[in-house]
Amino acid sequence: MPLVNGGKIADDSFVKLAVDTPLPESGDVLVPAERFIAEADALLKRAGKVGVIWPNNRDIDELVPYLGKVATVALVFPTFRDGRAYSQARLLRERYNYRGDLRATGQILRDQFVFMLRAGFDSFEVKKQADAEAFMQTAKRYSVFYQPTGDGRITALHRRMQLRHSEGVGT
Amino acid sequence: MYAYDEIDRTLVNERVSEFRDQVKRRLSGELTEDEFKILRLQNGVYLQLHAYMFRVAIPYGTLATDQLRALAHVARKYDRGYGHFTTRQNIQFNWIKLAELPDALEDLSKVGIHAMQTSGNNMRNVTSDQWAGVAPGEIEDPRIWSELIRQHTTLHPEFSFLPRKFKIAITASDHDRAAIKIHDIGLKLIKNEKGETGFEVLVGGGLGRTPFIGKTIKHFVHGRDILSYIEAILRVYNQYGRRDNIYKARIKILVHELGIEKFSREVEEEWRHIRNSSLQIDDEVIEDIRSRFTYPNYEKLPHMPDELRQAAADADFEVWRKNSVAPHKVQGYSIVTISLKPIGAPPGDATADQMDALADLADKYSFGEIRVGHEQNLALPHVAKRDLPALWKALDKLGLATPNVNLITDIIACPGLDYCSLANARSIPIAQELTRRFANHELANLIGRLHINISGCINACGHHHVGHIGILGVEKNGEEVYQITIGGRADESAALGNLIGPGVKFDEVADVIEDVVEAYLALRERPEELFIDTVKRLGVEPFKERVYATR
Repeated sequence: MPLVNGGKIADDSFVKLAVDTPLPESGDVLVPAERFIAEADALLKRAGKVGVIWPNNRDIDELVPYLGKVATVALVFPTFRDGRAYSQARLLRERYNYRGDLRATGQILRDQFVFMLRAGFDSFEVKKQADAEAFMQTAKRYSVFYQPTGDGRITALHRRMQLRHSEGVGT
Repeated sequence: MYAYDEIDRTLVNERVSEFRDQVKRRLSGELTEDEFKILRLQNGVYLQLHAYMFRVAIPYGTLATDQLRALAHVARKYDRGYGHFTTRQNIQFNWIKLAELPDALEDLSKVGIHAMQTSGNNMRNVTSDQWAGVAPGEIEDPRIWSELIRQHTTLHPEFSFLPRKFKIAITASDHDRAAIKIHDIGLKLIKNEKGETGFEVLVGGGLGRTPFIGKTIKHFVHGRDILSYIEAILRVYNQYGRRDNIYKARIKILVHELGIEKFSREVEEEWRHIRNSSLQIDDEVIEDIRSRFTYPNYEKLPHMPDELRQAAADADFEVWRKNSVAPHKVQGYSIVTISLKPIGAPPGDATADQMDALADLADKYSFGEIRVGHEQNLALPHVAKRDLPALWKALDKLGLATPNVNLITDIIACPGLDYCSLANARSIPIAQELTRRFANHELANLIGRLHINISGCINACGHHHVGHIGILGVEKNGEEVYQITIGGRADESAALGNLIGPGVKFDEVADVIEDVVEAYLALRERPEELFIDTVKRLGVEPFKERVYATR
């Protein structure tokens, strides 16, 4: 499953640990939420980055105390029709000011890229190679956005206001 | 009319090109049918019994004549020469070929029409009063706000994969023609004591398997806060709405399970965080949207022109005028409802030729504007009274002057088993038979206002729960059986109907309805007492007795 990071297909330095896999001495690890919460101190002390896989039915508030310490937060789309993680992503970015890597995992198709970018994701475990290869092209598919989100893209309403004011200058 | 600007047009074009890519990937096998299903539903494409069905949005029920002509063109070029207007200000085409869909969408996009979010688990086409902007006594034109919400809900990055579909309706009149109480969110535009515009917000209404009338969650939300308040409701729903069972996934179930007080506290808590964000709408933004709605230059016309006085001698004209013509807020003008319920035909259908001809009439007599209502009829919103006789003659020639608006033959029905893969029973043939039974206008007029709503399955697309008489088709031991309710209504006094007794067979439905109507005629206190009021006064029992006494 290719990882897209920074707009390109990239190597994934993280190893996913199950609840009971022995902890490797070094290297970057992605840990399920319940193990992360239980072993946070030990995990954060070792060499290598730590990321957490946060399920979409677990309250994101619980993760907030650790946001400055994790290298990545992976949110989960068990199927692409389950959109709970979009809300979690926006809360992490817009309410809790999380600035680290935010990764989308699960059933990720190219058809979600724009929504995910707008919600604050920046890396993607894409299901199909062809979709991963089409990332840049797909990400640019839309140039008009009706809603304000934390991604800073200008909304249609505000673009209209700008146009109005710039048109007003000459008259 | 709202005119799309370059920004709106660009988005529609970008969506067409995305959908073209999705269809291409499906046809090449790159997308599985399971994957494609969710994607096509986001764009109004269902797989029905015989073919793909394509549902196109008519936001808040307003159409320009070039748009209606484009719909006629799609009906003619890509379908079988007709379209079907639905109960939520959409039009459906029943025989579209998948490979041609992107072209049909592109043709529609040229006149600013799209199919975004007309199905799927997202925020659906925003609906409103079909008389918006012309109804006497309206507080203000609700379409300004409908458009603002339409934009905000279109391709929303957080709420495009909700637990289930989500419908919003808006009205600005005391008499609710938009059925806001049976929507996930219903908005009633009101003014506060300072004269500022805002909304009473209702939540959790809906029909289907578990019908609920919406409850007021907040008595006044200021207009500038309406987007953040809606966003707060959606965020609570997106996270906590049930996803384990599609029959329990609508927001009405969440509201019911939590209770309105707890649900509203959750929303309030969420709203506190986002209320003073960029979701707040300033007056300039509202003015900008308002400025792109154009209104006719009405003439100063007499209340009773000579043309109307002379035409009054024609009894057929008078029957139509009294039935289908309603008062307009401007003196000398009328709102004309065009019945799409001719005797013996499927409710809500219009042919491509009728659509084209109606567009011509709207150009000539209604400042180029047509409206679509949830009762599956159309309306011309600005007809000068002096033009009514000429308009009537032209409509009559087209088969569009059936004087049965709001009468017993003005039936709302879903497509049922004739088209729909979800249906358990036929709806259209029941409607057709009922229109034949009550074809006599004098009889229908004597009965007075009476809404019959028919659904061919529990999903309730025909809104049977809120019909004055509701008919629900189900399947029992391989046979179609129909359950009949009375006393439902979809307006400001919205209520769910009550069963009158055991289900009846297909062949018996029309007889039973005749019995119900005969019972009403015998039971009503005076001719002005409407069916719905007699049911309210007496309850189900006397109707039940009469219907089942001989069965």
